[in-house]
Amino acid sequence: MTKPLLSVENLSVSFQQGDQIIEAVKSVSFTLNPRETVALVGESGSGKSVTALSILQLLPYPKASHPQGHIYFEGQDLVGLGEAPLRTIRGNKIAMIFQEPMTSLNPLQSVETQIGEVLQIHKGLTGAPATQRCIEVLEMAGFRDGRARLKAFPHQLSGGQRQRVMIAMALACEPDILIADEPTTALDVTIQAKLLELLKDLQQKLGMAMLLITHDLGIVRKMADRLVVMKEGNVVEEGETENILKHPQSPYTQRLIHSFPAGEAPSASPTAPLVLKTEHLKVIFDVREGLLRRKVSEIRAVDDINFALKKGHTLGVVGESGSGKTTLAMAILRLEKSQGKIWSCGQEIQDLSPKAMRPLRRDMQVVFQDPYGSLSPRMTVSQIISEGLVIHGLGGTKEERNSRVTQALLEVGLASDVHNRYPHEFSGGQRQRIAIARAIALKPKLLVLDEPTSALDRSIQIDIINLLRHLQSAHHMAYLFISHDLAVVRAMSHEVLVMQKGKIVEHGPTEAIFTDPQEKYTKELIKAAFDLMIV
Amino acid sequence: MSFLSPITQRRLAQFKANKRGLYSFWIFLVLFTCALFANFIANDKPLLVDYKHSFYFPIFVEYPETTFGGEFETEANYRDPFVQDLITQSGWMLWPLIPYSYNTVNNDLPVPAPAPPSRENWLGTDDQGRDVLTRLMYGFRISVLFGLTLTIFSSLIGVAAGAIQGYFGGAIDLLFQRFIEIWSGMPILYLLIILASFVIPNFWWLLGLMLLFSWVTLVPVVRAEFLRARNLDYVKAARALGLSTPRIIVRHLLPNAMVATVTFIPFIMNTSISTLTSLDFLGFGLPLGSPSLGEMLSQGKNNIQAPWLGISAFLVLAIMLTLLIFIGEAVRDAFDSRKATQ
Repeated sequence: MTKPLLSVENLSVSFQQGDQIIEAVKSVSFTLNPRETVALVGESGSGKSVTALSILQLLPYPKASHPQGHIYFEGQDLVGLGEAPLRTIRGNKIAMIFQEPMTSLNPLQSVETQIGEVLQIHKGLTGAPATQRCIEVLEMAGFRDGRARLKAFPHQLSGGQRQRVMIAMALACEPDILIADEPTTALDVTIQAKLLELLKDLQQKLGMAMLLITHDLGIVRKMADRLVVMKEGNVVEEGETENILKHPQSPYTQRLIHSFPAGEAPSASPTAPLVLKTEHLKVIFDVREGLLRRKVSEIRAVDDINFALKKGHTLGVVGESGSGKTTLAMAILRLEKSQGKIWSCGQEIQDLSPKAMRPLRRDMQVVFQDPYGSLSPRMTVSQIISEGLVIHGLGGTKEERNSRVTQALLEVGLASDVHNRYPHEFSGGQRQRIAIARAIALKPKLLVLDEPTSALDRSIQIDIINLLRHLQSAHHMAYLFISHDLAVVRAMSHEVLVMQKGKIVEHGPTEAIFTDPQEKYTKELIKAAFDLMIV
Repeated sequence: MSFLSPITQRRLAQFKANKRGLYSFWIFLVLFTCALFANFIANDKPLLVDYKHSFYFPIFVEYPETTFGGEFETEANYRDPFVQDLITQSGWMLWPLIPYSYNTVNNDLPVPAPAPPSRENWLGTDDQGRDVLTRLMYGFRISVLFGLTLTIFSSLIGVAAGAIQGYFGGAIDLLFQRFIEIWSGMPILYLLIILASFVIPNFWWLLGLMLLFSWVTLVPVVRAEFLRARNLDYVKAARALGLSTPRIIVRHLLPNAMVATVTFIPFIMNTSISTLTSLDFLGFGLPLGSPSLGEMLSQGKNNIQAPWLGISAFLVLAIMLTLLIFIGEAVRDAFDSRKATQ
């Protein structure tokens, strides 16, 4: 057996928060051998990112501390090592890629400057040789013409391209270890697949070891040799990837593997009345330039969308980021200006004034993606849910209103003692339940769900999907379900509408789309998504 | 404390954690309370008169001299030895701690005014023989009250203007922004001096004139908050619920902007007080004879041989402004969400 390149021994991490001490990582040990990929897997709050950051000692010390443990790299203990020796390791021998490509590059510096900085610090390269090396690593990272990208600024690059620049930067000094912290989570599925391939390819070419941090077991199966499962700061299970995925020992790993959205939408009558219909719906943003703000071009965010949605049915809207699916939802709710016709519950609502629109809003409610941003932090749960009731004059007296709030909370599976608590006291999944309760308290006929599960862990996603399906069969609401996650859409929808660049690419019954897609784009999407699946 | 939301509770704790700000706040509160009751601490009328077994309250009620057996129908001058004799013959008087009001001239000065500090006038008198300590106390009161009123009014206008700009954006925002840029480019002090020469300035005139220019301070921060928050999901959710625009602004957006507003308030107050003081110093401020710190400073400048004038006015001004800045810093800490997690 080869000597491990990196070994983490009994590592603990604590954070001081006010008077409290929070133990984020509790005595974690694992090793990383040369040329090997190890995946740290866990849901949010499992301590996987904190573990990765402590390897490079990038935690906010002294707020964070290591009560015990060692991290050995080349015979040196990185815990408590001084800043100067650490700097010779960071970016040079151990490089890191972060999750958020939008914020991990400096927006004011060109690609060349940013990669050149790494080369100058660690290799002392400047001038022409540095430029040459920049081009080399950019091409390694998958840019066809590296020279053309040298002067590019981050805002000129797409999310996937930025992540490639991050990879190029990490590879610039040919590190021994690459730490990738959820490198593809923020990206679309098709780009995700390409980047993962690139990473795997580069790892073999350069003979690096890779520590991959992810919540996605699909990625793990594709990429990792070994796997460390973490939960609440502890290592639950560790071993060969194939082994663990086939024969998981701990119940937590089993749950992770099986928390996969399955099943299908509750049955609904094909003759149900129409709840929502659009004709030639368009949302066009003008691009204005110059002193006089003259219109130079336009962006068709939503371009000629026609569909009909029946009572009790779910229409899944699928597309990658920028495809216009959220804009479509906002246009239907009349929160975004649009052209074309919208019928809601038999009434034409496109030309209604905001005031005339207000009473109709109780029939069409919305749940947003981010459970942290969609609840006002200064209101109690009960205030949040009852606000709509007050506006629409529902529920009459205060007692009746309270009982309706309690009922809505019970329906979404929250105990009634949460009334006077504030959103920040709840977890992401619970907050999403509160947001759903706010919407269903009005007993709407249409519920627009804008990526309601995307910000949540897989196991909680399943709970929310089950809840939504249950609510649909109980109240016969129509859902407009927007998601980039094909597995979730498949488990929720009767019909699917695939969007690309504002246009409908394909539209049909769910099973037909998933088993027999007609369009090339749909096929690509489905392949990329289900290629990463474990079962 | 359960009626306070957890955010408010955390902020209160954060405010208290800044010891300097907390002590400043208490000191300021004590000084301000004393100044509010300055009439009972320094006045040229007794607090209580017992004359022929009935009680009189000269601070609240004007009594003619004839009440006490004098000759004039005008209000009794209690500092007059003649009146004092009349009263003490058949009763007694309870004087405030300092038997001078801000406009009382001490005619019994042993030296020509300005007189240096003595047992009678603790901080001396100014060049018209008026008690410096008393005038400082009244001057402090008028400065703080002026600052407070101006701050409240300019916050109201500033928040409203910022809210409208931020919420509606677009052309309204653009026009308003340009207007504010022009408006804040005006040389404020000169304009105030010119405007003050058209009218006879009093407290309310000065307040109105300064309000013309001071409301812009808060507009940029409030506008920025609104621009940011109007696209937050919970505001969108509120619109989807069917809330009307004013209700969204008041219930969902204003609390966000309040953070910025409250943080700014002590600093706006400081600016207001300084502006009033400069106007008074230049002689364009409050009417002649009113107690004001600016006027005290200008007396100090004119009577360099009487350092107690300049030094004491300077100290009061400096301490007041410093206390306000310290309080402002503590408030800023309290609303700093990053600090709370450290």
